[in-house]
Amino acid sequence: MKFARLVWANILRNKRRTALTTLSVGVAFFLFGTLRSIVTTLDAAAEVGSEARLITSSASGITFVLPEAHASRIQTFEGVRSVSWANWFGGYYTDPNDFFAQFAVETDTYLDLYPEIEITGGSKEAFVQERTAALVGVGLMEKYGWRVDQTVTLKGTIFQGDWDFTVRAVYTPTNPSFGDETMFFHYDYLYEATDGRISPGWFVLGMENPDEAAALASRIDAVFENSTAPTKTETERAWQTGFITMWGNVGFLVRAVGTAVFFAILLVAANTMMMAVRERVNEVAVMKTLGFQNGTLFGIVLAESIAITMLGGTIGLFLARMAFAGDNPVNQFFPGFMVRTETILLGLAIALVLGLVSGAVPAWQSARLSVVQAFRRVA
Amino acid sequence: MSSQPVEATAASTAASKGNVLVEITDLAKAYQRDAQRVDVFEHVTLNILRGEFLALMGPSGSGKSTLLNILAGLDRPDTGSVVVDGKDITRMSNKQLAAWRSTEIGFIFQFYNLLPVLTAYQNVELPLLLTHLSKKQRREHVMTMLEVVGLTDRAEHFPRQLSGGQQQRVGIARAIVSDPSIILGDEPTGDLDSKSANEILTLMQRLNEEFNKTILMVTHDGHAAERAHEVMHLDKGILHR
Amino acid sequence: MKIPIIYNLRSLRQRPVSTVTTALGMALVVAVFIAMMALSNGFSAALRSTGSTENVLLIRQGANQEMNSGISRDAARVVSGMPFVETGADGLPMVSPETYVVVPLPRAEGRGMANVVARGVGLTAFDVRKDIEITDGRAFRSGAREVVVGKTFTERFDNSDIGDTVRFATEDWVIVGHFSAGGSSFESEIWGENEQFMPVFRGQIFQSVTFRMRDPAAFDGIKEMLEGDSRLNVDAFRELEFYANQSTLLSQVLSFIAVFISTIMAVGAVFGAVNTMYAAVASRAPEIGVLLTLGFKRRNVLTSFIAEASLIALLGGAIGCLMALPINGLVTSTTNWNTFSEVAFAFRVTPSLLVTGVVFSVLMGLLGGFFPAWKAARANVVDSLRQA
Repeated sequence: MKFARLVWANILRNKRRTALTTLSVGVAFFLFGTLRSIVTTLDAAAEVGSEARLITSSASGITFVLPEAHASRIQTFEGVRSVSWANWFGGYYTDPNDFFAQFAVETDTYLDLYPEIEITGGSKEAFVQERTAALVGVGLMEKYGWRVDQTVTLKGTIFQGDWDFTVRAVYTPTNPSFGDETMFFHYDYLYEATDGRISPGWFVLGMENPDEAAALASRIDAVFENSTAPTKTETERAWQTGFITMWGNVGFLVRAVGTAVFFAILLVAANTMMMAVRERVNEVAVMKTLGFQNGTLFGIVLAESIAITMLGGTIGLFLARMAFAGDNPVNQFFPGFMVRTETILLGLAIALVLGLVSGAVPAWQSARLSVVQAFRRVA
Repeated sequence: MSSQPVEATAASTAASKGNVLVEITDLAKAYQRDAQRVDVFEHVTLNILRGEFLALMGPSGSGKSTLLNILAGLDRPDTGSVVVDGKDITRMSNKQLAAWRSTEIGFIFQFYNLLPVLTAYQNVELPLLLTHLSKKQRREHVMTMLEVVGLTDRAEHFPRQLSGGQQQRVGIARAIVSDPSIILGDEPTGDLDSKSANEILTLMQRLNEEFNKTILMVTHDGHAAERAHEVMHLDKGILHR
Repeated sequence: MKIPIIYNLRSLRQRPVSTVTTALGMALVVAVFIAMMALSNGFSAALRSTGSTENVLLIRQGANQEMNSGISRDAARVVSGMPFVETGADGLPMVSPETYVVVPLPRAEGRGMANVVARGVGLTAFDVRKDIEITDGRAFRSGAREVVVGKTFTERFDNSDIGDTVRFATEDWVIVGHFSAGGSSFESEIWGENEQFMPVFRGQIFQSVTFRMRDPAAFDGIKEMLEGDSRLNVDAFRELEFYANQSTLLSQVLSFIAVFISTIMAVGAVFGAVNTMYAAVASRAPEIGVLLTLGFKRRNVLTSFIAEASLIALLGGAIGCLMALPINGLVTSTTNWNTFSEVAFAFRVTPSLLVTGVVFSVLMGLLGGFFPAWKAARANVVDSLRQA
């Protein structure tokens, strides 16, 4: 610790160089924080899917529906507490490119299965009782400036035409990753308006005992295997993860770019430390003459390098944290996008490694420096 | 070999000046330059007594600095031994040597060699960072030394804000702050004007007389050498005393 | 009086470590930039080259995508009889009414499931669609449970050789051929006969109808006529434009990411270059003094140092291009959220992209070299010489 002042004095020796290096490390960690957060956000989104609920969907893929009759059959399975179902509506408000999710759900049972949906505006009763009522996320309400009891008209893409809904309830998710830009409405409304030409897209199952999820799922699928509409039953989390993996190689992309950034910054930082040590050859020789041990000198250079990368890392990571707090474009694209504390800690750990690696060679050079030769070079 | 080492230190001087601090015996050093072996010196033998102030003169390339470096434990002889205060430093490891230097050797450089990023105070404090002294104790030592060299009011100045003479006084304070057994000066006045040089030499004399410091000073300057008790000459690998 | 460039080359050689580290730092930035742009280019190229301007694609009014659409057999028949539909060599109208579904298939090496487009096409589809070529095996036979798969499909899924079966929609389908489609997104798809897919998929309904126009220039009139026909209830698009639109969002996101990442990395690299060049200027202060004493103008010194920074950057850019080259042609895939299906596409490193990468690098060098060069040019001769 008593050498801290010496380290600090060396850091301040060439302020411009230190500032530039710190900043370049900072921008790299800003990038790291952002990229890493994409991964954590996707992971979090997958985890919103509950392990306590099962989803039964068509084994043939997302464009296929299941007969409503499956519901009463599933209900009879031992271990199934309740069954609800939903379908994808695929409409838009005014701009076809402004996408948000709408689900036609079996209202009587759906809300009981989703404690994440906390009604914070309007009333649950009003929503459940009225056939054309809608339950809208608080974020969506803000985005479009909707009010409770307002009638909004969506255009259908799958179900043609204009669809009127009356906002009767507003929800706030208990978990931010659940998303607050979703709209729920009555399956019955869609069913009647299409003269019964629709069918559930998937069933949501509440279980008596979540530990038996796997066994229950395979029992259900076995029963429907040879029917005209075979099913695929999995936990909601696995189902969600299926959608997340559709992002493809995001993880790989992030790792590849992250690695490139790491090495680019490593070069910048290592270069700086080498320059710093090169111009200090004489001083290192003096310190050795005064009796400084090689190990101490090694540590002093390493500490300087680590201090710079940690400082840069801290700046970059916290800037990223601030940049993505609150509303921003990325947040809209990825619900719940934020730089998590784990990401910051991971980033700082990487900054530490970066400091160690970039300082290692110059530190070693100054530790093994020969005093006699150093002075001769100067003289 | 025609060169004969001069047997140094008459017994009478030894008695009057105290006991032997440094015992250099049969020291030899050669460098490999390209394919050729170049002898710097052979068979150098020298005893330095406690409290002595010696000056070492000689033309460039005579090996003065090499001798000084060996004595400081910065360089190693090919053969021979250097015993300081009963310890043979030629047998020490590099690590032991560094630790030994920090307590036993005070080094004064021609070009002061202060760390430019540290204040005068911090420069003087530097060797004390290698000790177990507390911050408070270090402060006492440093302030005492700055007082000795007369720079108390310049403690917070950086080297670039000081004159050459002042910088060298800081260098001297740094050399003596850890209370070493011997002070080695490598042309300490070589970069100074005569007025500053005189001040520095007076200061060194004072260190020798008042604080009883043993000093070995390499110099080119005859006036500087006059301040020492004795002047030795190293020429063509032979030490004349 | 210009300072010869050899002077800069020598000085670069004199400090190889810092020259190389700086150049490598820039090389990495350029490589990432090229790779990201190649990704984004490859994706939009795949969807931009899908379809032809001579074809018209019909989907149900307001459906926006094939997946949401539904067109009845009657409507398809009506379209086939329209006078503006081109007639093929066999004397039949060049119309392909198609079913379109997305089926989940296990990816190769057990890396989860991917959604793949299974397109039931008319027998004329290979003529209607441009650039479709059976590269291996043969086309499916009418009335058989046979399919052909696109070129990039075979790279992403096991059991995609000719003779293998692929199972979807509760049926087994024998792969009888592989086809290429000029690098378009059709190459990610499975094609079978519409009449075979229809019963096992979504019943007696098509998702789209594609036909060749007799006179492509008459598109506007054709569009108006079809969209106004109450028997049809369709939206009409030029086929090429339709597929390009399906990818707009994702292409934009991809190029945004490419630019975002490259910009941030570039800032870091420029800072690195600035450091290197300042160090170069500082270590050569005496030389600069000499140059100025000899009568070189400050402008020459400025140019010389900027040239030196650009040289480092040029080196970095070249290395970056070399690093990025191997990814050319590498196939990757992503889900197109407009269609919920995976599109496979190849990274496209084009010559112009390489040039852009080098220009990008030199720009970084110019930026990084300017201030240090400015400092060098303003050097005080006497001070500079004194440092010698």
